[in-house]
Amino acid sequence: MPSLNNFGEGLLRGLKVTLNHIGRKWITVQYPEQRLNMSRRIRGTDIIWDRESCISCRACERACPVQCISMAVSRGEDKKLKTDDITVDLGLCIFCGLCIESCPTGISIYLGYNYTNTTHRCSTFSGAKTGNTPSDGRCREIVRSNDELLVDDAARPRSGYYRPEISSALPPQTLLIDQTTYLEDLRKRGLK
Amino acid sequence: MVLKTEHYVINVGPQHPSTHGVFRLRLTLDGEVIVDVEPIFGYLHRGMEKIAEGRNYTKNIPLTDRLDYLSSMINNQAYCMAVENLLNITVPERAQYIRVIMAELQRMASHLAGIGFFMNDIGAFSTPLLYMFREREKIVELFDMACGQRLNYNYMRFGGVSMDLPEEFLPALKKLLDGMPGFINEYDKLISTNEIVLVRAKGVGILPKELAVNASAAGPVLRGSGIKWDLRKNQPYSIYDRFEFDIPTGEIGDTYDRYAVRLEEIRQSVRILKQAIAQLPAGETMAKVSKLIRPPASETYTAVEGPKGELGFFVVADGSENPYRWHVRAPSLINLTALKEMLLGWKVADLMAIFGSIDIVMGEVDR
Repeated sequence: MPSLNNFGEGLLRGLKVTLNHIGRKWITVQYPEQRLNMSRRIRGTDIIWDRESCISCRACERACPVQCISMAVSRGEDKKLKTDDITVDLGLCIFCGLCIESCPTGISIYLGYNYTNTTHRCSTFSGAKTGNTPSDGRCREIVRSNDELLVDDAARPRSGYYRPEISSALPPQTLLIDQTTYLEDLRKRGLK
Repeated sequence: MVLKTEHYVINVGPQHPSTHGVFRLRLTLDGEVIVDVEPIFGYLHRGMEKIAEGRNYTKNIPLTDRLDYLSSMINNQAYCMAVENLLNITVPERAQYIRVIMAELQRMASHLAGIGFFMNDIGAFSTPLLYMFREREKIVELFDMACGQRLNYNYMRFGGVSMDLPEEFLPALKKLLDGMPGFINEYDKLISTNEIVLVRAKGVGILPKELAVNASAAGPVLRGSGIKWDLRKNQPYSIYDRFEFDIPTGEIGDTYDRYAVRLEEIRQSVRILKQAIAQLPAGETMAKVSKLIRPPASETYTAVEGPKGELGFFVVADGSENPYRWHVRAPSLINLTALKEMLLGWKVADLMAIFGSIDIVMGEVDR
C-alpha cells in the first residue's frame, strides 16, 4: 500500500496538533456553575400573554401552525371583544414565533427569555449556606423556591424576539468566540 | 477439493448517527464481499408533503426547517424563493445579502457536521468530530443571535427575512471568519494526509462520472466524481453571480474525493461570506407582502444548491391559501440511489466509510 510508506508521520502530526491545543482557551462551559448569556432574541420555552393590551383578535391562534393556542372570545357589554379563556399547549408548541409576529398590537404576546424549566437540588444543601467555594455558590444559586416558581406572567422574563424595545434592554449574548477561560471567569467572580 | 459456498444476507445498521433507527441496509455477501445491496427506509412516516397541502403557505415555513435539519436556513431559502416566484415578489437587496450570508454559514455548519460524522463512521470519534462541533457551535451561536434558535430557524419569510441582523452580528461574524481558515488548515493537516484515512478512503467506493450523472446525484457526491456542476454558478439564483468563488471537484469519485470537496467548499464559503459582508447594503429587509397570501393558479420548481446537493421545491398553487401540491426534491434521497453502485464489490469493512461519505439526513429522505 503506497499510503503506508510514510507510516507514523500522521501520528506525529496529530500529536503536534493536540499539543498546540494546550495553551488555548477552553471552550467547555462548566454548567451550572458557569452559564452563558442567551441570545436576546431567544425563542425560549415559554409563551407570555398580556391580558391588558390584548384586543382578542385571535390572530395568534390563526397563525399557529400546530394549533396549540386556543382562545375563547366574547363581546362584553361595551361591545368590545374580550378573552374569556386562553390556553397554550406547550407540549405541542414548536416555538416558531409566528404568533408573536402576527400580533397586531405588537405588545400582547411574547416568548420567554428562558430555556429551562427544571429545578436542581443539591444533596448537601442545608439552609442558606454562605461560603466562597463554587459548590456553595452552586447550591445557593440553583435551588428555586416555590414563590419564585409561581410568579405572575408580568414577572416572567420576556424575550426580545420580534420586540426590539425589550431586546435592547437584555444583556449581550455570550459568544464562544469571545470566551474567557474557566479559571479566569472564576477569578473574576472572586471564587478563586 | 472445491468447497461449496453460498451467498448470505445480513442486515446492517443503523450505524450512521443520522440514520437512528429508520434506515438499514440489507446486504448480500459472498464471503465479506458485497454482491447486492438493498437500502430499506421509510419508517419515519412523516407525510410532510401531504401535511403541507392542508396548511397555508406561511405555516409551511417551519415545516421546511424539519426536512434537512442540519441545513434549515437553506431549506427556508429554497421554499421562500419558490413562493416568491409564484407571487412575483422582488426581495430587497439587503435581505438578499442576509439570505446569502445565512445560507453560506449553514453550508459550512452542515459540512462540518458531515465531515465530523464521516470521521466518526470510520472509527475516529473524539478528536475530529469534537473539533468539528467546536467550530459548528460558533456558527450556531450566530444563528441564535439572529433568530433565537439553534436548529430550526424559521428565519426567512416571503419577501425577505423576519428580522434584520442585530448590530453585534457582523463583528462576531468577522471574528469567526478570521479564525476559520486557520482551523480548516489545521484540520487538513490532521486528517487529509493521515495514513489511516488515506487507506480507508482513497480509491474506495468509486462513483464514476457517468454513473453519478445517470443516478441524478448532486452536490459533493456529484462534484467528487469530477463533474463541475453547482447551481450557484451554473444556474445563478439570488445574488450569487456577484461573488467570486471556485467549484471544487474530485478526480476519480472515491470516498476521499467527496470528503475533500466538502472541506474545500467550507473555504469557498468563507470567501463568499467575506465578499457579502463587504458589499452588504443598508435598507429594508422585507418587501411588502400581505400576511395571508393567495398565489394565482400556477406552478413552480425552484432549486438552490444545498449542502448535500440540488434542493428543489415544486409548488402548485390553485388560487387558494393552501398549496395544491408541495413536493421536495431532496438531495439526500436521490444521492442514496447511487449507493448501490458505490458499494458493489467492496468489503463490509468499507461500507461505513462509503455510506458516511454521502452525508445523508433521514429527515429529508422520509419526507
